Amino acid sequence: MSEVGTAENPLRVAIIGAGPAGFYAAEHLFKQKMAVQVDMYDRLPTPFGLVRNGVAPDHQKIKSVTAVFDRTAKKPGFRFFGNVELGRDVSVDDLRDHYHQIVYTTGAQTDRALNVPGADLEGHHPATEFVAWYNGHPDFRDLQFDLSQEKVAVIGIGNVAMDVARILCRTPAELAQTDIADYALEALSKSNVKEVYVLGRRGPAQAAFTTPEIKELGEMEDTDTFTISDEVELDSLSEASLAESADRGAMRKVEIIQSYAQNQSTGKSRKLFVRFLVSPVELYGDEHGHVKAMKLVHNELYKTDAGSLRPRATERTEVIEVGLVFRSIGYRGVPLSGVPFNDSWGVILNDNGRVIHPDTKEPVTGEYTAGWVKRGPSGVIGTNKPDSVATVDLMMADLQNGRYLHPTHPEAEAIASLIAERQPQFFSYADWQKLDELETAKGAELGRPRLKFTCVEDMLAAVGKA
Amino acid sequence: MKVSGILSIKPGDVITAHPQQTIQEAIGILAARNIGALLIVDDVGKLVGILSERDIVRKAVMHKGVFDLPVAEVMTTHVVTALPQDDLMSVAHTMTEKRFRHMPILDSDGELIGMISIGDVLKAQRDKYRGEIDTLETQLMADED
Ligand SMILES: Cc1cc2nc3c(=O)[nH]c(=O)nc-3n(C[C@H](O)[C@H](O)[C@H](O)COP(=O)(O)OP(=O)(O)OC[C@H]3O[C@@H](n4cnc5c(N)ncnc54)[C@H](O)[C@@H]3O)c2cc1C
Ligand SMILES: NC(=O)c1ccc[n+]([C@@H]2O[C@H](COP(=O)([O-])OP(=O)(O)OC[C@H]3O[C@@H](n4cnc5c(N)ncnc54)[C@H](OP(=O)(O)O)[C@@H]3O)[C@@H](O)[C@H]2O)c1
Repeated sequence: MSEVGTAENPLRVAIIGAGPAGFYAAEHLFKQKMAVQVDMYDRLPTPFGLVRNGVAPDHQKIKSVTAVFDRTAKKPGFRFFGNVELGRDVSVDDLRDHYHQIVYTTGAQTDRALNVPGADLEGHHPATEFVAWYNGHPDFRDLQFDLSQEKVAVIGIGNVAMDVARILCRTPAELAQTDIADYALEALSKSNVKEVYVLGRRGPAQAAFTTPEIKELGEMEDTDTFTISDEVELDSLSEASLAESADRGAMRKVEIIQSYAQNQSTGKSRKLFVRFLVSPVELYGDEHGHVKAMKLVHNELYKTDAGSLRPRATERTEVIEVGLVFRSIGYRGVPLSGVPFNDSWGVILNDNGRVIHPDTKEPVTGEYTAGWVKRGPSGVIGTNKPDSVATVDLMMADLQNGRYLHPTHPEAEAIASLIAERQPQFFSYADWQKLDELETAKGAELGRPRLKFTCVEDMLAAVGKA
Repeated sequence: MKVSGILSIKPGDVITAHPQQTIQEAIGILAARNIGALLIVDDVGKLVGILSERDIVRKAVMHKGVFDLPVAEVMTTHVVTALPQDDLMSVAHTMTEKRFRHMPILDSDGELIGMISIGDVLKAQRDKYRGEIDTLETQLMADED
């Protein structure tokens, strides 16, 4: 057979996960000077990963990136197999039988645990689930969050915590302009939430959220946002490290945080407190096993050998009443059956994107990874671009050196018929585009950017697959 | 971003040598693995020093027979280490300030779990800024038809 990458024998690549990392990888593959065919898989019928199911509904503008992904999907040689899950409908061995190269871009599907007494009480949820719920992720649509509670805590001060706090504090009118799931809009419209506490374990200079996000917290229609003077005054270590870093962005962020300490109540219906230097140490429950309060310990900062400022508990504690708690302390990848995993960091075991054997640390021929499941849950959408490009560059180098899989059935039809057999209800890109049109049309009627389908059966029925 | 973000794309095998090995042997490992520094561990795997190219050069100036010396006589024994949860920005600052090109990473039990280089750190910082720019660029591309 002719060389791989020619018209007769195109390079066949499977990309598992249709989020930003998957699409950026596909885009870079199509830029190569060779014949390439990409089959992109996703366990959901809908593409775009966290751009659809993570990015906050009140951040519509950023979602326009999907237009660029659409362009990649139009390339000849691109196919989408939605509603097909690796591990459920296809196995790694199936892929090895049909492709020269495989790229895992499955993102971070779960969250990091919070190990404090009372963590298993009802009313304590991972932010990951709340986020997926309000965004209409089919696996999470049936969850219930007790929004009859008046006081809510969000643990962590990253951008996800900011999203969660905003969504809890937005008015029904603000939310109604977004593509938030209809059931979530309904539930949040009836919400009884009056006070939200966002809890950071370190100080303002170490906050993980970015400047536009903290600024936005202070600009909500019916929520007053506060910080507490004592907590936002910089300690000497933070002051020194901020001065040394000469990071103007970080200084601006601290200024905004400090300015909220001056805020006076303007009589808005909700109050949002961003707290610093506090860690939850225990959740207390009522007689029904439902969380009713949280014990916080106040922290001080110390400098590690390497120069980082870390929190250390002091003697001072405090109990706050809360009936609903979200932990927003980071996402985490889950292992894929048949793919080596690095349990320490919750990523696929890899060397700069090449999947490696756990014992020998040698590359597994033809298998690669990119995005959050490669490097961990950090960075914005665009961060995945250089990350995926770096992985594809390694794939090209390996191809040059003859290191790729030799599938028994490299023909594009072979895998298509296998999938049709295993998952007859797979979604093609055309199916998705039809669904997309329906969603935007339904949204337009209501003056919303889109009205999402949130249930796989409904999605299937809408495109005539049920 | 944290130090763990760099470790997550590394194989996780730390390249080490023993204090009794010769500099000749150590150079062999540095060259074969294409690295700039070796972590020196004792018999139970405890970190006792770091041997960088620079340590060897510095010793060679005064000592012609440097190749035959044991690593223990040339290595730096005061090793500054980092934790996976350390902020990358602070670690970067410490490394540039103190002119360390390598930083061993220990877990909270003091076990050696990896090493990062100044190159890794600078690349991670660059990627962070590039991420912002690439997001904007993707949005701009989306707006053109
Ligand atoms: C709540 C939240 C809000 C965010 N907001 C922003 C923002 O406003 N702006 C910004 O720039 N960045 C934002 N980000 C960051 C951005 O979303 C990520 O950087 C990016 O989505 C990571 O891309 P990825 O492709 O690695 O993973 P993902 O986007 O998670 O995509 C992974 C895909 O793989 C699929 N998959 C998983 N397992 C399987 C399997 N076994 N078989 C088949 N398919 C599978 C999933 O269904 C998913 O579609 C946000 C992140 C979160 C969590
Ligand atoms: N608008 C946007 O652009 C947007 C929106 C959402 C997400 N994102 C991106 O997506 C990525 C993930 O966001 P994220 O918010 O999930 O993660 P993140 O930015 O890593 O923030 C995690 C937060 O949790 C805290 N935390 C971790 N463990 C804790 C513990 N045991 N107790 C208390 N606090 C703890 C961290 O504090 P320490 O710093 O002290 O560890 C940090 O404040 C980020 O890169 C983010 O920028 C971007």
